[in-house]
Amino acid sequence: MTRATLQALLSHWWRNPLQLFTLLAGLALATALWSGVQAINAEARASYDAAAATLGEGQYDRLVRRDGQPIAQSTYVQLRRAGWLVSPVVQGRLDGVRIVGVEPLTAPGGIGPVAPAEGGDITAFLSGEGQLFATAETAGQLPDLNIIVTPEAAPGTAVTDIGVAQRLLDRTDQIDSLIIVPGQPKGRADIEAIAPELVVIRAQGTSDIGRLTDSFHLNLTAFGLLAFAVGIFIVNGAIGLAFEQRRPVVRTLRALGVPLRRLVVLMAAELMLFAVVAGIIGVGLGYVIAALLLPDVAATLRGLYGADVSGTLQLRPAWWVSGLVIALGGTAIAASAALYQIAKMPLLASAQPRALAMAAGKRAVVQGILAAGLLGLAGVMMFTANGLVGGFTLLASLLIGAALALPIILDRVLAVASRTAQSVTGQWFWADTRQQLPGLSLALMALLLAMSANVGVSTMVSSFRLTFTDFLEQRLASELYVRTENTEQSEALIAFAQGRTEIVLPIQNADVAIAGQPTEVYGARDHATYRDNWVFLQQGSQPWDTTFAGQTVLINEQLSRRAGLNVGDEITLQGRPFVVAGVYGDYGNPIGQAVIGEGVFGMLYPDVTPRNYGLRMDPAAVAGFVANLEAETGIPAVQSVNQANIKAISLAIFERTFTVTTALNILTLAVAGFAILMSLLTLASMRVPQLAPAWAMGMTRAQIGKLELVRAVLLALLTAVVALPLGVALAWALLAVVNVAAFGWKLPMYLFPIDYARLGLFAVLAAALAALWPARRLARTPPADLLKVFSNER
Amino acid sequence: MLLTVKDIHKTYHTADGPFEVLRGVDLTLHAGETLALTGESGSGKSTLLHLIGGLDAPDQGQIQLIGQDIAQLDDNGRAALRRGTVGVVFQQFNLIPSLRVADNIAFQARLAGQHDPAWDATLGDRMGLTAQLNKYPEQLSGGQQQRVAIARTLAAKPQLVLADEPTGNLDEATAAAVLDLMLELVTETDAGLLMVTHSADLAGRMSRRLHLRAGQVA
Amino acid sequence: MSVRVLIFVVLWPMAAMAQGFAGLGTDADGFSVPEPNPQFSFPADHGAHPDYRIEWWYLTANLTAEDGTPYGLQWTLFRSALAPEEGDGWTAPQLWMGHAAVTTPDAHFVSERLARGGIGQAGVTSDPFEAWIDDWTLEGDWDRMRMTASAPDFAYDMALTAQGPLIFHGDAGYSVKSGAGQASYYYSQPFFAIEGVLQLSDGDIPVTGNAWLDREWSSQPLADNQTGWDWFSLSFEDGDKMMGFRLQQTDGKNFTSATWITPEGETTPYTDGALKATPLAVNNADVPVRWRVELPDRGLDVTVGAINEDAWMTTSVPYWEGPVTVTGSHAGIGYLEMTGYE
Repeated sequence: MTRATLQALLSHWWRNPLQLFTLLAGLALATALWSGVQAINAEARASYDAAAATLGEGQYDRLVRRDGQPIAQSTYVQLRRAGWLVSPVVQGRLDGVRIVGVEPLTAPGGIGPVAPAEGGDITAFLSGEGQLFATAETAGQLPDLNIIVTPEAAPGTAVTDIGVAQRLLDRTDQIDSLIIVPGQPKGRADIEAIAPELVVIRAQGTSDIGRLTDSFHLNLTAFGLLAFAVGIFIVNGAIGLAFEQRRPVVRTLRALGVPLRRLVVLMAAELMLFAVVAGIIGVGLGYVIAALLLPDVAATLRGLYGADVSGTLQLRPAWWVSGLVIALGGTAIAASAALYQIAKMPLLASAQPRALAMAAGKRAVVQGILAAGLLGLAGVMMFTANGLVGGFTLLASLLIGAALALPIILDRVLAVASRTAQSVTGQWFWADTRQQLPGLSLALMALLLAMSANVGVSTMVSSFRLTFTDFLEQRLASELYVRTENTEQSEALIAFAQGRTEIVLPIQNADVAIAGQPTEVYGARDHATYRDNWVFLQQGSQPWDTTFAGQTVLINEQLSRRAGLNVGDEITLQGRPFVVAGVYGDYGNPIGQAVIGEGVFGMLYPDVTPRNYGLRMDPAAVAGFVANLEAETGIPAVQSVNQANIKAISLAIFERTFTVTTALNILTLAVAGFAILMSLLTLASMRVPQLAPAWAMGMTRAQIGKLELVRAVLLALLTAVVALPLGVALAWALLAVVNVAAFGWKLPMYLFPIDYARLGLFAVLAAALAALWPARRLARTPPADLLKVFSNER
Repeated sequence: MLLTVKDIHKTYHTADGPFEVLRGVDLTLHAGETLALTGESGSGKSTLLHLIGGLDAPDQGQIQLIGQDIAQLDDNGRAALRRGTVGVVFQQFNLIPSLRVADNIAFQARLAGQHDPAWDATLGDRMGLTAQLNKYPEQLSGGQQQRVAIARTLAAKPQLVLADEPTGNLDEATAAAVLDLMLELVTETDAGLLMVTHSADLAGRMSRRLHLRAGQVA
Repeated sequence: MSVRVLIFVVLWPMAAMAQGFAGLGTDADGFSVPEPNPQFSFPADHGAHPDYRIEWWYLTANLTAEDGTPYGLQWTLFRSALAPEEGDGWTAPQLWMGHAAVTTPDAHFVSERLARGGIGQAGVTSDPFEAWIDDWTLEGDWDRMRMTASAPDFAYDMALTAQGPLIFHGDAGYSVKSGAGQASYYYSQPFFAIEGVLQLSDGDIPVTGNAWLDREWSSQPLADNQTGWDWFSLSFEDGDKMMGFRLQQTDGKNFTSATWITPEGETTPYTDGALKATPLAVNNADVPVRWRVELPDRGLDVTVGAINEDAWMTTSVPYWEGPVTVTGSHAGIGYLEMTGYE
């Protein structure tokens, strides 16, 4: 019985390859969108993490010499013997490859070479000629060395034992920095007493560059989530359509004695099989998408961090797993509703159009109640939702409610239109369109979801871009940023900048807790840079004047929201009260931030010395300044960051995101169009008896065909009208609820009417294209077929 | 006795309130016997057929089929009944459009685990479908499709054949030919036949006739 | 994680040591091998023997605080050689591993240090004697010594005073470990009086007690089929002491050895079979923490039980090491070490 049933179920697809294609394409597309975005995301993170881990940058505090000179190896032993758990690092370049030497026995977890290959020669790693760990690409550049190839190594970097690195780089007994291992023992002496020439470099906190990194990753993550959401809609549409088309067959199978439970299980198994196949195709497609986009992302990251990021894609098992989980999970979510309907479907309902319409009528009542309930819930949640769960509940109820409401809205609109119709043809057209609605409603829902997701995604990404551009102007206002390693460098920089720049703005901060929230307090120097560029969400009068005067504080939105602080509230820093004079947007920052005047900052935090400087100058002079700075003060160019570059790079990221978004839009619309085509083709065979009377009463077949086309365009247009507010609501929920819940800040929303109009046009075009073929087929129906309707042999 | 139906009641709940379709119907059928069920539209004849076929369950009463009360069966039990013991021929044919004619004919027998290729071939031959075996249902005329549906039912060798206006969608000449064939084959397999029809002419060809009026035997 | 894997592989000789000396039993790879009738020379032999594959300075102590609370203390320095030479700089093939632990009746603190030889971060010199890894040291003339160790959650600083002579195990310091003849050089100083301060999170605790320092080196101390050992150092109230070990073999049999030590430092060695050690109860990690220990020749039949059952050493090569109490025919205290129970 199972075999026969399975054969009958599967034969549907072989007989209707187009439907099979739609289903698989829908599933594969959803998986591809997800895994492609994830792939880029994971690769970017992995590259960055590998680079950071190799150097221990950003993760661990380090000791370096104040004067920037190498540390003597004997100092390392001295520190160890005094109880300081430190691990030496030496690095340099050899044939264009960065050689990093670490000491594996003392390095903290996460630093140093990756697990050696099976059977790696440990004696060789620690002594003798030594072994290096690098990617295959890097290994090619060092042909004469014993290299263990591992994809986990940072790009352009070879990691080896410190002894080997010292020999290769000709730096015997020299160490560049000492990583301070977390978890130091009790009772050790001060560094100052052991090695006064050393200074602690704190783990890289959230500098301006670090914040950009966070924002970039956030952007990718948000995009990944949206891709996932859109993917689920597509899967849902594809599966819903597939089930709708097979209802009559399901009835027949049950009438012939296939038990319901067996049938549901078999259909679920069949779908899961498709999900696996489509998932594999989808991951492959995602890989291609990612591979095409990755080089740009890699270049972007390289520019941003000055760190090497691999431009090639590594196939990671995690994607296959997550891609397949998405395909299977998405299918399961979409299929459970469809299977539930199959399970609840009465065995005896006939497959006739009239009965279908009647059953649909009954369903419409339930749908209407559900839709009203969900939309009502969404309405309430718009004002009350907080937290991620609330945000996603809002999104879900909004989308599902709107989708369920669509057929009812369309039906009402058509009913009104048919009452106002003047001509007989008009009346027939409206009535006939209404009758077709139940059969088309699922495809129209798919179109609605695709369109509103597009509107939502475009709105969100565009709003993000506009906000972010402003934010970049605000935060990266200085033309040049220079990081210094020690006080001597700072002094040299300030002296050198004298007369060559408009002003030097020190960037200094202290870590504090305000109202229990971890917060960075910045001391800002009075300059137009701040007054001109910063955008406030809330502000008192003259916030900068009072802040630079040391009376007030400016806080970021995160701190304002989490600590419930608003303009006029008071906070204390080091026992000194400050009134909040303004709240500013601080996109992407995970923690609280506060800005006070430079003078009062120096009084409250005398131990903090700035290590980052923003320099205002003629943008054209930046390149020359950096070169001269290195020549005259020895501050290497790598410590300087050209703001114009960062801005260009950041915008390039968004351009890239836009390319992906546009591709996504076109893909989703194409799938929705496909769904419409499928529905129209399915309905076409049922249409002949309905159209025959119109033909018999004097309409030409060409007229009937034309009306079919008009009908599709009309329905798409009506759907687009519903989709627009839905998409805007979706974007609003993402920006104002989900984003706040996830990251603690709200993105202002901008509207893009021209984009929406273009999107609507695309949707109508997609519907028209989808309707073209069925309409042509109808227009060319042989009169004999139409006549048959009136003969006995119907 | 192949089939004994006693005091069957069935009420459907419609938008206008409950509607009692069957109000205490009794009937009996022997193996090899053919019974025509006639009546006006809405008299309950199709409903009665569905209840006997295990497509639905009665609210009250007994349906004894080969000594088993099918009114007591659960969903799975009724499915098993539809697979093996009873065969239903529908007015709408209800063929599986994605399977070829030959596979459609074999389908129910395969479900029931009683597939007999030789018997299939005989049926195909007797139904005049030999040339159509590799076609799909949509490529067939209405008469041909109904012959496929009948062959599918008979291929599983059911003990009771139920037919709901099997020729309702066919022209008179075709209907007569199809019915003749069906009667012939039912007699040969010693099955019972219960056929819903509103054609007095067709009913006249059956061994007995039962007329329903407003849910009761007239 | 990657580093831990690397460390593990780097330290495979040490790992092997705890897990049955797989690979060490048969092939000494150019390393020197212990020979019978050793001629020790002090203080030189207190120092390192880089031409032997493995060596340790292993001190355990039973301590008591003023309020009577018993404590256990461990200070160990392992040397593991990748090649039989001392070497200099980063390429020196000598690796060092330090383990320090403090056991209280309800807590067990463990710390581990790893270091390369050749750069001065760890090592042992014989004259003057100093064994060290980072800031952990054991130094002095073997009559009076100082011992320190520190970790994030504990530290100690102890003074040791020898109350008796050195003890040589087996045949005058040649300790046989298997029927096939694998052996090590093995001597001890079990007569240390110890006093000092334990620094725990609750504060400083002055303690006094007895300490036992083991010295052992070899290149192939165990046979192929030996998977771990159970080692006892017991001090009885009447002043006698006993060292005994049981080597577990894959064939289900054991190889035992013991040394009986009188208060005057006279020793009686016992070869395989004389000592019997039987597990009585295991802790929740399936490690036997109660034993019956018998040495019929001395009328010894005692139960040895852990003061803290959870004295598991969560080091890169994990094992169990902790203070015990002795009851039965003889009463006393001591230390128990068990390897091969991972």
